[in-house]
Amino acid sequence: MLSIAPATSTHVSALTRRRFLRYSGVAAGGLMAGCTSHPIALSDVTAVAESDPREPGTGVLVVVTLYGGNDGLNTVVPAGDAAYQQARPDLAYRPDEVLDLGEGLGLNPGMTGLKSLWDNKKLAVVRGVGYPEPDHSHFRSMAIWQTASPKTPTSTGWLGRWLDDVAADDPLRGVSLDPVMPPLMSGSTRSAAAFPPGGLRLPGGRLGQGLQALGDPCAQDRQWQAAAAGAIADLRTVAAALEPAVGRSAGGATANPAPEGTEQQGGSAGGGGALGVQLDLVASMIEMGSPTRAYSVSLGGFDTHSDERGTQQRLLTEVDAALAAFQKRMAADHHGNGVVTLVYSEFGRRVTANASEGTDHGTAGPMFLLGEGVNGGFFGDEPDLGALQDGDLAVTTDFRSVYATVLRDVLDVAPDRYLDGWTGTVDGVVA
Amino acid sequence: MPLAAPAPPAAPAPAPELDERLLVRRVYDRFAFGPDPDALAGAANGSAADALDSLLAAAGDGPAPGVSVPKFAAVPRLGKDADAAAKKERARIRRSHRQDLVQWWSSTAATSPHQITERLAWFWSGHFATSIAKVKLGPPMYDQYSTFRRLATGSFGDLAQAMIVDPAMLIWLDGNDNVAGAANENLSREYLELFTLGHGSYTETDVREAARALTGWTVAKRTGGARLVPARHDGTEKTVLGVTSDLDAAAFVDVVLDRPECARFVIRRLWFRLISPTAPDDATLERLVGAWGTRRDIAAVLREMVHSSAFRSEDASMVKQPVEWMVGLMRALNVDPSIIDDRARTALLGGLRGLGQQPFAPPSVGGWPAGTAWLTTATSVARSRMALQIARLAPDAAELGGTPAARVDGVRKLLGVDAWTDRTRAALTTVAGNTRDTLVVAACSPEYVVSR
Repeated sequence: MLSIAPATSTHVSALTRRRFLRYSGVAAGGLMAGCTSHPIALSDVTAVAESDPREPGTGVLVVVTLYGGNDGLNTVVPAGDAAYQQARPDLAYRPDEVLDLGEGLGLNPGMTGLKSLWDNKKLAVVRGVGYPEPDHSHFRSMAIWQTASPKTPTSTGWLGRWLDDVAADDPLRGVSLDPVMPPLMSGSTRSAAAFPPGGLRLPGGRLGQGLQALGDPCAQDRQWQAAAAGAIADLRTVAAALEPAVGRSAGGATANPAPEGTEQQGGSAGGGGALGVQLDLVASMIEMGSPTRAYSVSLGGFDTHSDERGTQQRLLTEVDAALAAFQKRMAADHHGNGVVTLVYSEFGRRVTANASEGTDHGTAGPMFLLGEGVNGGFFGDEPDLGALQDGDLAVTTDFRSVYATVLRDVLDVAPDRYLDGWTGTVDGVVA
Repeated sequence: MPLAAPAPPAAPAPAPELDERLLVRRVYDRFAFGPDPDALAGAANGSAADALDSLLAAAGDGPAPGVSVPKFAAVPRLGKDADAAAKKERARIRRSHRQDLVQWWSSTAATSPHQITERLAWFWSGHFATSIAKVKLGPPMYDQYSTFRRLATGSFGDLAQAMIVDPAMLIWLDGNDNVAGAANENLSREYLELFTLGHGSYTETDVREAARALTGWTVAKRTGGARLVPARHDGTEKTVLGVTSDLDAAAFVDVVLDRPECARFVIRRLWFRLISPTAPDDATLERLVGAWGTRRDIAAVLREMVHSSAFRSEDASMVKQPVEWMVGLMRALNVDPSIIDDRARTALLGGLRGLGQQPFAPPSVGGWPAGTAWLTTATSVARSRMALQIARLAPDAAELGGTPAARVDGVRKLLGVDAWTDRTRAALTTVAGNTRDTLVVAACSPEYVVSR
């Protein structure tokens, strides 16, 4: 396990998804143990779905990782709390700006889709989630979240260990759409199948050129033809946005990572719409009847040390749009029954703003669970802004309790087996 | 669907009318599974109305030549202590039912001479949307589809009566569980909301009272037939849509059919799938209701649709559903799915999954999506794969033309595309040295994916 010196607040470099995934050393452990992260293509999914389709209603877990440490206080906002307003006067949202959830909390104004889901009781907000003895390092903290091992560094992810048990007969049991296999889905002998959206591609050669050319816009197109051409053009955009460096070789799931410094404020590794593209593919796979029980998707850029409010609201709007569109498809198709989406980040951020109109690494934050089978509402206690610990929010819910709940109620397995004996749960979230 | 917002359209001028030749092609797109190469040549100087008449003259529910009725393997009955291996085997057999159904369906749709029957039966299967995912067995799904074929262009009244006691429908919407004293409202609700009247044209009380009228219909496990079990039926008085009587299923359907909303609702659904996503204007709707008449005559409604100015307008263009695109391509290329080998057949079935549309398994009782829902990155890739599979099976592929330019025009005529845009012509020119690639690019072109 590499040890990385904690960054100071003035010389911090933006965490990117890629840097974490490349340097954390956790994935390397799993991969070195002999399991391969094998890239798959669309035809693999349809072939497996033909011979072994998932029964609608069987639980499916979609894990959305927000890299960088999303600021929970500006996501589920205690706008009416004077302590919140005083701690970050230039960052704080006013009560009339947020989308009311009750109990003095409101959603970031960019999250209108989630607000709708909340109103329909399909969104659960678990408050104050974190782990004991918080670590403010991106790498260590994200490693803890993905391995579910706060005390002892380990090389396998919590879902990777599950895959070790269940994926022997079914290489598609877990699928990752991340650009690089996350530790989350790496076990000691198995890992998820890699299906990066950039890998969704047309045939090669001259035929491929001809097909790609169909995506060129044309003034002679009327409405529907333009939409059809646009869908083909999107294939090119997806490839360019998610794996910007040329050098995608045939069949390669891992690409050359983007050069440092080409990423926008907050360290996003992808262009606009990146999470939407991933969830769009997950929805397609679910609708096709893929036997996959767990998907991993992600978005970077939440490391908002400076100019936070605009950046974070833009990102949360993107997350919200992607989740709302995904949930709409799941609600419309019986394959969507049983699908639960979990959204988390590696920590919240500090209560008090820093001098750059941003916030530094914090501790606890909210987790979202959404889906038709989720019992909407608040779970866990909101951390008390009057009882901070070293300027950070107190953790009121251990993250492993949320994991245990989805392992038991969505994946139908005994949670303590994969969480090193942890038995706590957040009951009542999943119907 | 497109990630970036499409460029805003130019200020809308009144949409031009298509000329008659293009309208004839449109008739084959909407009322058949696309033109076969002879159809357009044969109808060269005729009108769209004539083309529809010839399709109606060929309506019928005889089997497509060479396509046999599927033989569904017997499904083993398992006891409570059945082991995992037995359950797996039963699941495999059930899957084979679905595969046999889709195989039969695609062969029939592609080769049947009764094209309007096949096309309208497909419409009714999306209207009275029922999924094998819950029904689980091939025979009731096949029987239901046979009913759609038999009644495709006849009277809607017959279809409405048939579906209220159809075994597959009863299983799908919990008719079996609807008994006197413990009414299950699923069938009555969806019947009113999605099949006949539409949301807002009935009350919750109507749903509950109708459920009582439908009690007692039971599907026999052994024979698969539906019958009314008197002991399970609530024979007391009910009031549905203002009519009070000891209504039973047939009487309930008659009450619904008499509502003026029924004609309008069903006609709008037909219009949405066959003519345009833009609803008909009031004058057109009234003429269509007139054609529906007391006999609830579907063929008459179709004839009136083709006469309307909306049908003749550029604006009545629509994104093809995946199966329409696939079967249309097979017909144009003379590919018969019943005579291809198992590997190719499995690839095609998987391909339909990738396109997002599996016959006999609509996503919900609400039926299939529409429009841009079919135009995603994943479906674009799936379509290119399927086009390649079908092109490889095309026997006449070599006859496109001797030169690249001839092939570009030849494939246009073969697929019944009115004209290539400059963009698509350029794309085709890139591959015109190779006949198979030319077919694939043409099949994936926006001009072919959309029915203009």
